[in-house]
Amino acid sequence: MTLATATKRSARGAPGKRPSDHGAWFLVLPALIPILVLSVGPLLYGIALAFTDSQSGRTAPTQWIGALNFKDLLHDTLFWDSFRIGLLWAFGVTVPQFLLALGLALLLNQNLRFRWLARALAIIPWAMPEVVVGIMWRLVYHPDAGVLNETLSTFGLGEGKDWLTGTATALFAVIVVGVWAGMPQTTVALLAGLQNTPRELHEAAAMDGAGAWRRFRTVTWPAIKPIALAITALNFIWNFNSFALVYVLTQGGPGGRTRLPMLFAYEEAFRYGQFGYAAAMGCVMVAVISVLLALYLVGRLKGDDET
Amino acid sequence: MMRTKKSTRAAQYVALAAYLVFLAFPFLWLISTAFKPARELGSLHPTWIPEDPTLENFRQAFDEQPLLRAAGNSLIAAVSAALIAVVIATPMAYVMARHRTRLAKAATGWVVVSQAFPFVLIIIPLFLILKNLHLINSLPGLILVYVVWSLPFALWMLVGYVRAVPAELEEAAAVDGASKVRTFVSVVAPLLAPGVVATAMFALITAWNEFFFALVLLKTPEKQTLPVILNRFIGAEGVADLGPLAAAAFLATIPSLVIFALIQRRITGGMLAGAVKA
Repeated sequence: MTLATATKRSARGAPGKRPSDHGAWFLVLPALIPILVLSVGPLLYGIALAFTDSQSGRTAPTQWIGALNFKDLLHDTLFWDSFRIGLLWAFGVTVPQFLLALGLALLLNQNLRFRWLARALAIIPWAMPEVVVGIMWRLVYHPDAGVLNETLSTFGLGEGKDWLTGTATALFAVIVVGVWAGMPQTTVALLAGLQNTPRELHEAAAMDGAGAWRRFRTVTWPAIKPIALAITALNFIWNFNSFALVYVLTQGGPGGRTRLPMLFAYEEAFRYGQFGYAAAMGCVMVAVISVLLALYLVGRLKGDDET
Repeated sequence: MMRTKKSTRAAQYVALAAYLVFLAFPFLWLISTAFKPARELGSLHPTWIPEDPTLENFRQAFDEQPLLRAAGNSLIAAVSAALIAVVIATPMAYVMARHRTRLAKAATGWVVVSQAFPFVLIIIPLFLILKNLHLINSLPGLILVYVVWSLPFALWMLVGYVRAVPAELEEAAAVDGASKVRTFVSVVAPLLAPGVVATAMFALITAWNEFFFALVLLKTPEKQTLPVILNRFIGAEGVADLGPLAAAAFLATIPSLVIFALIQRRITGGMLAGAVKA
């Protein structure tokens, strides 16, 4: 390495590096190969599978069948029911998750006692295995041994319900668990954003007699907006693609009322062995999510320009 | 500092208390259930504090399910996956942070895009590939999947940590005639160590907690990891089995909670460092 290239690099990220650098390739390859073989490859393979009649345990060779899977999907009312439930779940979890997390982050940003306790407790849902979260809430919701029914009856708030197996309550019950499980990450991200907002600006606005709501709208919100956008977009994707929580809580029941698209596709692939058809479902899920996210992000960013 | 009105303060404490209750009560109930004898679990009016606390549930949990073997499988899978992931991700993160090549950009793009794809689109082809390699129902197969699955987050974190290492140090090493690999190993790597450890710990917890891939890839109970075994536990549960179920679930959580408590600050810091500068 010559002195010339060394100084060229001093401005960080300067285009002094050539792609043909062998040392760089040597450093990249150990990760790049698994990524290509076990992530990028399977992804393309998965998309290709959606256009085949691939099934598990079949002896006849797999054949290309064009868009037949997608045509079938179009008329598969069970899948679209599941898709609708998936969207309800994703919105139903993401929106309260964000609002509750924002509230908690604003509180934790204040000089309150017991803040440390809230921070410590927020670790629990974050670190816990999803299966344990599911088991734990089954115990809470349990019709006989659960704490929820017992508390409700103590306060005279109605009869005990079987929350997770009642057709009317199941989706709502799993959404509450989803909100609980995802709130901490969102809170931590928003709190970090809040701690970057300029204090002076806040104080100046207060001096000018701006109320709490106005201060929030004109000072706090603009400062945390990028983080808020990013975290809600990610939450929405993660929630839409979630599996373990609902699988443990209800297995998609009662009568498919909580059968998220991931659960549906999982059953299609690994219970009935319809690999091609399940892959097509995966493709549709990706496509719809991408469109929704694009609309959301474009809309939000435009809103940014107007204000 | 701004003054806050007393009534506002009071309202804030009420709200904080509500959050504390919401966050804590399911976990407290799990612990309570884990220590209750079967007789109390069957009672019509369950209490918060077990009247007659017992360790019987823990004994029964170990008797009925192969918890120790499952925990062993989980530990092997999680530790190997975490180690392999950081060993291969650190050099790559270094290149991504320091070089603005097309490769680095593509890698960053992959990190973002890989978050959006539903697992089902990955798991079917992975299942077929691993089946051809005879790696279904085997821990090595699961470990491979965990490595790749934890790479996006590991890269994201590590790129942030690399950026925090001053580039001047490397220039000095380069001036002294050290090769790129040498510079990385003897100058950058030691400074990265705390970040690498935190990333490895995080990868370890996510693998320890992981359920979906393990459910699909591991077929026999001898190979299954703790979350899968816990899920089998649920099956047809009578009220009497709730105790052992709670006890096992409680034990499975402890490692995650302890490790996470240790690294939490570093993780949130790294996440945002990656986010702000990427």
